[in-house]
Amino acid sequence: MALALQQLINGLTLGAVYGLIAIGYTMVYGIIGMINFAHGDIYMVSAFISVTAFTLLAALGVSSVPLALVTVLLVSVLFTSVYGWAVERTAYRPLRGSTRLAPLISAIGMSIFLQNMVQLTQGARVKPIPPVLVGGFDLLTVDGFTVHLAYSQLLIVVVTVFLMAAFTYLLSQTSFGRQQRACEQDRLMTSLLGINVDRTISLTFMLGAMLAAVAGVLVTVYYGVVDFYIGFVVGIKAFTAAVLGGIGSFPGAMLGGVLIGLIEAFWSAYLAPEYKDVATFAILILVLMFRPSGLLGRPEVEKV
Amino acid sequence: MRKKLLLAGFSLLACAASAVHADHLVAIAGPMTGQYASAGDQIRKGAEMAIADINAKGGVLGQKIKLEVGDDACDPKQAVSVANAMINKKIVFMHGHWCSSSTIPASDVYNESQIVMATVSTNPQVTERGLKNIFRINGRDDQQGQVAGAYLADHFKGKKIAVVDDKSAYGKGLADEIAKAIEAKKVKVALRESITAGEKDYSGLVSKLKSAGVEVMAYGGYHTEVALILRQAQQAGLKLTVMGGDTMTNSELVTAAGANADNVLFTFVPDPRKNPGSADIVKRFRDAKIEPEGYVMYAYAAMQLFAQAAEQAKSTKYADLEKAMRGGAFDTVLGKLSFDAKGDNKLPGFVVYQWKGGKYDYVGK
Repeated sequence: MALALQQLINGLTLGAVYGLIAIGYTMVYGIIGMINFAHGDIYMVSAFISVTAFTLLAALGVSSVPLALVTVLLVSVLFTSVYGWAVERTAYRPLRGSTRLAPLISAIGMSIFLQNMVQLTQGARVKPIPPVLVGGFDLLTVDGFTVHLAYSQLLIVVVTVFLMAAFTYLLSQTSFGRQQRACEQDRLMTSLLGINVDRTISLTFMLGAMLAAVAGVLVTVYYGVVDFYIGFVVGIKAFTAAVLGGIGSFPGAMLGGVLIGLIEAFWSAYLAPEYKDVATFAILILVLMFRPSGLLGRPEVEKV
Repeated sequence: MRKKLLLAGFSLLACAASAVHADHLVAIAGPMTGQYASAGDQIRKGAEMAIADINAKGGVLGQKIKLEVGDDACDPKQAVSVANAMINKKIVFMHGHWCSSSTIPASDVYNESQIVMATVSTNPQVTERGLKNIFRINGRDDQQGQVAGAYLADHFKGKKIAVVDDKSAYGKGLADEIAKAIEAKKVKVALRESITAGEKDYSGLVSKLKSAGVEVMAYGGYHTEVALILRQAQQAGLKLTVMGGDTMTNSELVTAAGANADNVLFTFVPDPRKNPGSADIVKRFRDAKIEPEGYVMYAYAAMQLFAQAAEQAKSTKYADLEKAMRGGAFDTVLGKLSFDAKGDNKLPGFVVYQWKGGKYDYVGK
C-alpha cells in the first residue's frame, strides 16, 4: 500500500515532465502536421541553460532558493524559446510547401546538430548542480516503509498544473489562441483573413520550447545532473505520450504523459523493470488498435 | 633568393621522402561520442601521450606511429563499420573497443583481416571464442565478480544484498558473476533486477529496494546510472551502499553523485598510478592537465605493448606481431604484461576500492 502510494507520487512527477514536453510535439503537429524530432533536444538545451544559470547564480552569491528558481526559470524560458524560434526559422520554414518528408528529415538533422553542438561546446561529461531543493515530507510509514514526497516533486506537479491552466486559457480565450486554432484548421484561409500565419507558427514553436524549458529546469532540480544525451530518451517517451493521448490534442498530451509516467512507475515497482518500456509500448499499440487517433484525439476530418 | 629556393627545394624533397616512408598506422576505437564519451576521451588522451613519447624516442622500427580514432558510441553496429573503416585505412594495431558489446562483433572483423588488437573489455566472451588476434590488458568479469561477491558476503553479513544490472553484455555478465559468488558463500541474494541504461528516472528501482529493506546493491553497469540511483536513493531517504565494477573508476561518478559517491565500492585492477615505475609518466600527464585515471594508462600501455612487440618481432606483419605478443613480456605502465594462450593477461587480478572525498583508494585505507 505504502509502496503503491510512493509509486503514484513518483509516476505523477515523471508523467508531468513527459506531459510538458509532449505538448511541444502535439502543438507543432497540430499546426503544421510534422513531428518536430528536435524537440527533445530543445529540452536538453534548456537543461544546460539552467545548469549554467544555476552555476552563475551560485557564483554571484544568490542563496535564496525561491529567487534562484524563479530567475533560472525566466532565463531558461527566454533563451530556449529563442532556440525554438531559430530552429523553426532555419530548418523548417524554408521547407514549408515541399514534401511532407523533407521537414521530417530536417528535424532529425536538427536533433543531431543540437546534440553535437552541446557535446562539442560543453563537453561530453555530465554536468551536475549541487542539490537546490533538498528535503521533503514524510507522509506516512507502513511496516517500516516511509512514503516520501520530495519538495522538488511537489514543485514539478504544482508548476505543471499551473501551466496547464495558463495554456488552456491562452488557447481557448485569447486572440492568439483563436489564430492558432484557425491555422490548425486551414492555413490558407487563415492567411486570406489577414492573419500572419508564419508569425503564428513561430509563436507556436516558441511556446512549445517554453514548456520544454520549464521541464528542463524542473528535471535539473529533480535529478541534479544533465548531459547532452538526455533529450533522446525523454523525447521518444514524450512523443509516445503525445501519440497515446492523441497527437494534436492539448489535454491528450498531458493525459498521455501522466499515463506513461504511471505505467512506468508501477510496472518497475511490481514487475520486472527491464520490461518497463515493453509494457509502455504494448499499451500504446493496444490503444492505437482500438482508437487509432489516440485517447483524446479526433479522427482527421476530410476537408472539402 | 637562391638560398631560399634551395631551401624550398630541400623541404619539398623532405616532404616527398616522408611520404614514401609511410608511418605505422595504429588505431583506437571506443565511445568518442554518446553517453560514455568520457571513457573514449580517456583512451584518446592516453594513446596520444604514448604515441608522442614513442615518436620522440624515434618511433618503432625507425618509423613514426600515427593514430587513427574510431568512434563506435558503444553501438555494436557502428563498431563493425568502424572496424571495416579501420581495415581500409590499413592499420597494423587496434586498441579497442571499449564496451564489450562493441568489442565482440568488431573483433571478428579484425580477425578476418588479421589485425592484432588489445582491448580493455572485461566480458569473458571477448577471449573465450578462440580468436588468435585479441589480447586483453584488463581483467575479466568472472574474476571481478568473484572478488566483489566474496567481499560483499564477508563484509556485509546480515544485511540484505540486491544484485542489479543494466542488461548490457558487460553489466549482466558482471552481475551474474557477483550473484554466483555471493551464493557460493551461502548468502542469499535478496533481489535480482535489471534496469534500462540511459534513462534518468530510477525511482521505481529505488522504491523496490527500499521496500525490500535492501542496504547493499551490487551493480553491473556503468557509472552514469549508479550516480542517478544514489542521488534518487538519498532523496527517497534510503541509505545505499553500491558495489560496482571497473567502470566506477570514472570521476564523473563523483561529479554526478556528489557526496553519495563515498558509498561506492568497486573492483578494479591494482591502480597503475601507484606503480613506482610509472611515477614519471603520471607526473607528465598531470603537467599536461590530464588526470591519468580510468583507461588513460591502459591506452598508454596498449601503445607501449604495440611498440615493444613490433621491436621484438622486427616487423608489424600480423603473424610476427601476434607471435611476439603471445610469447613475450612487455614493460608497460601497468607492470610486466604477458599473455596466456587465450590472450588474457597474467597480471594480478582485482582489488576492492572505495571512493572517498572525490578520490578512490584501496578499501579501508
